[in-house]
Amino acid sequence: MIDFSFTILIPLIPFILFLLLGLTSGKMKPVLSGYIGTLGLSVVTVLSYFTAYQYFFNREAGAGVFEKIIPFHTVWIHLTEKLHVDLGILLDPISVMMMVVITTVSLMVHIYSMGYMKGDKGFSRFYSFLSLFSFSMLGLVVAPNIFQMYIFWELVGVSSYLLISYYYEKPSAVSAGKKAFIVTRFADLGFLVGILTLSYISGTFDFVTLTDPQGALITQGTSLTFMGISALTWALTLIFMGGAGKSAMFPLHIWLPDAMEGPTPVSALIHAATMVVAGVYLVARLFPLYFFVAPDALTIVAYVGGFTSLFAAVIACTQTDIKRVLAFSTMSQIGYMMLALGVSGYGGEHGLGYMASMFHLFTHAMFKALLFLGAGAIIHAVHTNNMNEMGGLRKYLPITHITFLIACLTISGIPPFSGFFSKDEILVAAFESNRFLFFVEYAVAGITAFYMFRLYFNVFWGKSTHYHHTPHESPFTMTIPLMVLALASMFTGFIPFSDLVTSNGEAFTLHTNWLVAIPSVLIGMAGIALAWVFYKKETAIPDQLATTLSSPYKWSFNKFYIDEVYLFVTKKIIFDRVSEPIAWFDRHVVDASMNRIAWVTNLASDQIKGLQSGQLQKYGFIFISGVIILTFTFVYFLFN
Amino acid sequence: MNLESFLLMRHEIMLTIALLIILIAELSTENKRSIINLSIILMLITTIVGFFPVPEGTLFGGMYQTSHMTVLMKNILNIGTLILFLQVAEWIKKPEYENKVSEFYLLILSTLIGMNFMISSGHFLMFYIGLELATIPIAALAAYDRAKNISAEAGIKLILSSALSSGIMLYGLSVLYGTIGSLYFPEMSIAFMNTPLHTLGFIFFFAGMGFKISLVPFHLWTADVYEGAPINVSSYLSVISKGAAVFILTIVLYTVFHSIAPMWKNLLYVMAILTMTIGNLFALRQKNLKRFLAFSSIAQAGFILLGIIDGSVMGMASVLYFVLIYIFTNLGAFGVVSAISVATGKENMDDYNGLYKTNPNLSLLMMLSLFSLAGIPPVAGFFGKFFLFASAANSGYYWLVFIAVINATISLYYYLLIVKAMFINNSENPIAYFKSGLTTRIGLLMCMVGIFAIGLYSPLYEFIRMFSIGM
Repeated sequence: MIDFSFTILIPLIPFILFLLLGLTSGKMKPVLSGYIGTLGLSVVTVLSYFTAYQYFFNREAGAGVFEKIIPFHTVWIHLTEKLHVDLGILLDPISVMMMVVITTVSLMVHIYSMGYMKGDKGFSRFYSFLSLFSFSMLGLVVAPNIFQMYIFWELVGVSSYLLISYYYEKPSAVSAGKKAFIVTRFADLGFLVGILTLSYISGTFDFVTLTDPQGALITQGTSLTFMGISALTWALTLIFMGGAGKSAMFPLHIWLPDAMEGPTPVSALIHAATMVVAGVYLVARLFPLYFFVAPDALTIVAYVGGFTSLFAAVIACTQTDIKRVLAFSTMSQIGYMMLALGVSGYGGEHGLGYMASMFHLFTHAMFKALLFLGAGAIIHAVHTNNMNEMGGLRKYLPITHITFLIACLTISGIPPFSGFFSKDEILVAAFESNRFLFFVEYAVAGITAFYMFRLYFNVFWGKSTHYHHTPHESPFTMTIPLMVLALASMFTGFIPFSDLVTSNGEAFTLHTNWLVAIPSVLIGMAGIALAWVFYKKETAIPDQLATTLSSPYKWSFNKFYIDEVYLFVTKKIIFDRVSEPIAWFDRHVVDASMNRIAWVTNLASDQIKGLQSGQLQKYGFIFISGVIILTFTFVYFLFN
Repeated sequence: MNLESFLLMRHEIMLTIALLIILIAELSTENKRSIINLSIILMLITTIVGFFPVPEGTLFGGMYQTSHMTVLMKNILNIGTLILFLQVAEWIKKPEYENKVSEFYLLILSTLIGMNFMISSGHFLMFYIGLELATIPIAALAAYDRAKNISAEAGIKLILSSALSSGIMLYGLSVLYGTIGSLYFPEMSIAFMNTPLHTLGFIFFFAGMGFKISLVPFHLWTADVYEGAPINVSSYLSVISKGAAVFILTIVLYTVFHSIAPMWKNLLYVMAILTMTIGNLFALRQKNLKRFLAFSSIAQAGFILLGIIDGSVMGMASVLYFVLIYIFTNLGAFGVVSAISVATGKENMDDYNGLYKTNPNLSLLMMLSLFSLAGIPPVAGFFGKFFLFASAANSGYYWLVFIAVINATISLYYYLLIVKAMFINNSENPIAYFKSGLTTRIGLLMCMVGIFAIGLYSPLYEFIRMFSIGM
């Protein structure tokens, strides 16, 4: 095994880029900062590929289980012997895999943005934020302890906020940024309480110690309970709350559709491929704990994931903004990943769900980034997000068309594209442990194919629309990432994930379950066929259907009114009934007493100003009096 | 004296050599600019040499002692002086100082030598000589602008009050000597007893140290001298001189007076509350920035006592760490005030209105320094205060920490007043944009880096802890 200490550079380089680009922003030529950012990130990408190659494929012969390696570690804040905050790097199959995912997508987005953001007045700001995000996300995945993960978790939230509100002159972008930040912060409150509970029980933040199946925490558990439920279940459920917020799981999903206000490359990077899967990554990171000591929490994970995937898929069928369709599709796919973790077992073949979840995370990152970047290319060409104003674009955008089609086939689970393999494993895992969830996911697979091809046909086929000026294909900086990601979507399915990324690091052989695979392909085909009939040419069927099923259609179109529920709860209940009285109390009692204290302080300050007279003889007098008074007081008190 | 024991004194020897070279250069060259550059280079070399690892040891039959901790302290002071030398370069080029450029450097270096001897002393005679060597030149420096009445007044005030405090301190020491019969630290530390006479002797001694650190009620000279003296001299007084005195007080309390620790802990308790509170209350109403910084530095001294009172390794480490941060922070604040004063002659808070619009970089550094003084995360001052409070809380002084927290809140108010002036207040005629010289900018940049890096680079605290001693 080689020395991995160079991996410290992987998060460090983006951080340096962020400082460099942030400090020189406005002084450097915008294009130059784009080049520097992209170049720096390609170095990071090469380093992560090298790490992945060394870690996965260049092992000593006969090494069985993938070990967890900590090549870099330092105590950051030392409070007591037991309580200290460390910073370091942890290499294990999932962190190495995530490094590859993040750097690949991030590099593609860096290149793509050279074209997409060209001429934007905040060009260098954009690149410095991208670097900040890459730094935070890489720091998050390599964290060897949960506290470091929390720090970077928040940093990721900040960079997401900055990038969603990137067009800060647009009120909707600003409020979308605020919404994302507040909702995820609310979820992080649960995360923080969970971390504190967990470390209180275990006395450590360290992932390796926490998740060791032979470790004290898993073998002994805890006798602490709260409301009749084990404190560990509470802790892990609360930690999942943080993960659910970041990963936009129901009911904390409301920020993700609005986050589409950010520039499209950002949506591809943050809100499709990397940051939103942080919740999945978190659960996977703590998986042995969930499995051994809090199976109830794991069940919650499975059902939340299952429900979200169905819920989001239904909404996606009626949306007209192409980025929002993709946003709901992302939620739905992350639901798949969560569900796979929730139904998984531990160790070898029992950990099929775990493997499938990570596999799907990997393939999804590629094809979803491709879909978003493709959507960006479309928006770039026609200057609208609304798919009702599009149609027949296949003639104008040939490269975008082909790559988009590949991505749609991939997400619909059509072999031999990668989505088929990963989704199939998830279905198998669900089939083997929970039939109910299996049927839900099976239906979602069909719905997914339907709404994706609804989007595809609407944009590229359908009615030929008249555009103000003829749409044209994007510059090569934008099409090259599309083609790279299309290749990735086509071929990453053949990566032998069960040999590399498993729940306990032990490889196992995969068996294809034809009983699941064939029907899942069939339902995907059915979804595509339905979309073909409805949307290939302009027909009246969709409108008729919308009128006959008017109330379900309305519910779906309005996203089941979840936003309105939140508004009602916050405005009518929290603001009016709780905040108003508190505000009164704050103004008239707390503030008033503070003002009083400030007044007294000022008065005291005024009273003693005579001490500082400027006369030296007075100073000497006070000096000597001070000495004498102190001496007398101390002699008196000590010796009486 | 062989070479090895020679090396034990390398800080003092290097500083003396630097001083002599400047003296000779002064006699042999007419070019004042070269003296400025020479001083910076000599100080840089001295600072670097100070870092060479040398074993611990004692000299002159125990009069002089050195350990890794004292070396660390001296290095911290050297770094601070180096930054100050960078910052003063532009100020001292003013025509009115034409004939006394080298004077400034000579006096500063001799006080630094005095402080180094104090830190290393193992005997109160050595200690006292160091103290006078560190004090008298500063009085001369305070009167550096002797053509101005206010500067001459500052010099007189400083020399008279320090004579008074030295007298009282000597009186206390003579009482101790009379009853113990020795002035060697180790011998005295064994012989201490809880008698009224020793208490009296100690308090008299402490008053002398309290004068150097400007603890209330021995602080009254501070504001007048800071205001009257040239700004860079005030900066030196508030940063290096005070830092050195804090180091020495901590060493003496921990090694000599540890047998009467319960007594001086009570004393420090009272002094800490008085100093924080009164320093803050005065700082609230200052309009002149030099006076303002004077009171702010008094309040900061009160916070430092929270670390000393702990008496453990952690206490000492937190004090050293805080002083290190304080040096960068306060030099940053003074540096900005000095740069503006040199360029425009303005020193009042109202003059800073709208500064951000014309001089964004200076305003940013000033803001960071003030945030660090107030202890706002993530700048270094937060970590410094955090460890001070933590060490006091560690030995159970919860009320003291509570009062300190209240005082930190009050201090936040007046620090933010300046931030508000710079960033929010508008002004009809703000200070126009100006560009400082290269050395000034390097000096300010070093402060800025220090304010960020020291707090976030935590191995530094561990490093300091390794060399610290407890009782």
